[in-house]
Amino acid sequence: MSAETAVVEEVKEKKSEPLFSKKNQKLMSNPLDIDNPITVQVLGICSALAVTTQMKPAFVMSLGLTIVTASSNVAISMMRNTIPSRIRIIVQLAVVSLWVILVDQVLKAYVYDVSKQLSVFVGLIITNCIVMGRLEAFAMGNKPWPSFLDGLGNGLGYGMILMTLAVVRELFGAGSLWGFKVFATLGIPYQGNGLMLLPAGACILLGVIIWVQRTMNGYRESH
Amino acid sequence: MKFLRNQLDSVKHNFEKGGKWEKYFFAYEAFETFLFSPNTTTDAKGAQIRDAIDLKRLMMTVIIAMIPCLIFGMWNVGYQHFLATGQSGSFMDAFLIGLTKTVPIIIVSYGVGLGIEFVFATIRRHPVNEGFLVTGMLIPLVMPPDIPLWQVAVATAFAVVIGKEAFGGTGMNVVNIALTARAFLYFAYPSQISGEVWTLLGDGVKPVAGYSGATPLAVAAASTGNVVNDFGAFGSGWADGIYSLKSMFLGTIPGCIGETSTLMCLIGAFILIFTGVGSWKIIVSVFAGAWGMGLFMNAVGSTPFTQLPAHYHLVMGGLAFGAVFMATDPVTAAQTETGKWIYGLLVGVFTVLIRVFNPAYPEGIMLAILLMNVFAPLIDYFVVSANKNRRLQRATV
Repeated sequence: MSAETAVVEEVKEKKSEPLFSKKNQKLMSNPLDIDNPITVQVLGICSALAVTTQMKPAFVMSLGLTIVTASSNVAISMMRNTIPSRIRIIVQLAVVSLWVILVDQVLKAYVYDVSKQLSVFVGLIITNCIVMGRLEAFAMGNKPWPSFLDGLGNGLGYGMILMTLAVVRELFGAGSLWGFKVFATLGIPYQGNGLMLLPAGACILLGVIIWVQRTMNGYRESH
Repeated sequence: MKFLRNQLDSVKHNFEKGGKWEKYFFAYEAFETFLFSPNTTTDAKGAQIRDAIDLKRLMMTVIIAMIPCLIFGMWNVGYQHFLATGQSGSFMDAFLIGLTKTVPIIIVSYGVGLGIEFVFATIRRHPVNEGFLVTGMLIPLVMPPDIPLWQVAVATAFAVVIGKEAFGGTGMNVVNIALTARAFLYFAYPSQISGEVWTLLGDGVKPVAGYSGATPLAVAAASTGNVVNDFGAFGSGWADGIYSLKSMFLGTIPGCIGETSTLMCLIGAFILIFTGVGSWKIIVSVFAGAWGMGLFMNAVGSTPFTQLPAHYHLVMGGLAFGAVFMATDPVTAAQTETGKWIYGLLVGVFTVLIRVFNPAYPEGIMLAILLMNVFAPLIDYFVVSANKNRRLQRATV
């Protein structure tokens, strides 16, 4: 794309659509509720079950995934017209892995203990269904700015569920929040619930979250 | 009677359409039909099944079948207590100790479970089902006597909400609810429901010298020589011969409140089969599967536990109780007649497999039944499609 056309496009965009138009706001807010990547699309389940025993790693993981999804969405969206469709998956993977490596290196440099806890799951963001799904479903057919919002929205939708799981699991499993012993400080004798610390417990909790969400949204299974 | 009827009638208008507690009609109705038989009848037209058996009577039959286990279990709680502490007491003393320990668990189980049923019935506007009657009695029978009551409450709430109501209520559950409650406790609070928790010692009471709370399954799993000899040697000095084949069959061994006695379970099985409530095929095939697997282990195994004579597997642990009262649950078991054989056999096979080879789980019947509950629809599916194929081959189209 030459610089000239880009300028023209920008002008057009400003005329036709403000940065946070209704449509663009929807891109951000839908993944938080009615199009949530975990509870509605049921993607990215394995990391949601694996890293949510404590709040800290869950938070870092959500942050990492949000950054990767948003940045890869922008990068792919900018390249979308030049990627040959037969090799698009490998191009997408290359872009995603670039961002994942960056995130991984930053984590190793600044929060080494969390990086150790997350272990393989940071690397596995590369194959995370949410990232790949957003690239295929959205970034390949949309402009960079909406793609950025879409990536951000999906990352936050993922993070929201992860944090909900992590709060419940850490509070009832270990009696603490972000490593802070809540019940012990309040002087309430509390016996940790071992099921909450197992991945199976997280799966059940996730089911409960989906149940609550569907009840609130009035979801009916289509036949 | 008249008094109750009058009381009900005097508040009835509040619950009917337009009354101030209209929302709670089904809660009212549950009480009314519990006390009096409903006066609604179908009219003369239309196809009807005229039979005395309905869900309420079906459930009550199962509860009656469980009463021998319950009574024996109450006595056994006290009996084990006396053995472990070196005291002696009459039959009634032992029974009363068990009674004071068991009744609170039963009350908590029924209270919490029925409470949740009422809440969901009110929200979903459907009559309160009788489905919890059996579950509420099964839960206490598979708990150790010393279980904290709040854990019983949490487990019951979990099982009813997640195991049943999430799937749509009575008759819609995929896995057995009482076992869901137990599995919840087993994974959530393992220290209160596994290990040496099966004998009631009481606060600050010292056990006799040489006392060990290990169950037969734990003894067998820890054995390094001949398991049967270890059984014979166990308890010498304070309870000689406690783990003989005979006392395991009679149930005078530590364990969950209601599951120790194979004899009482067989009495229950007889009631269930005689009244046609439980499927004899499932009961027989669970025992057959466990026995067959035991024999197979004897033939190929090398560890001491695998060399345990196969008939011991039938009287140890909760196999009999699970086979009679849990595996036969008509909602979660296989529905087809051939499927029942496959289902039961696999429950028995997995029970022994888990017992012998999985050091993390001393008893296998709970997990085996839960696993096969999940597979039961699949078994039915294959039985039905095999039947279709067989008939299609005969057909001359």
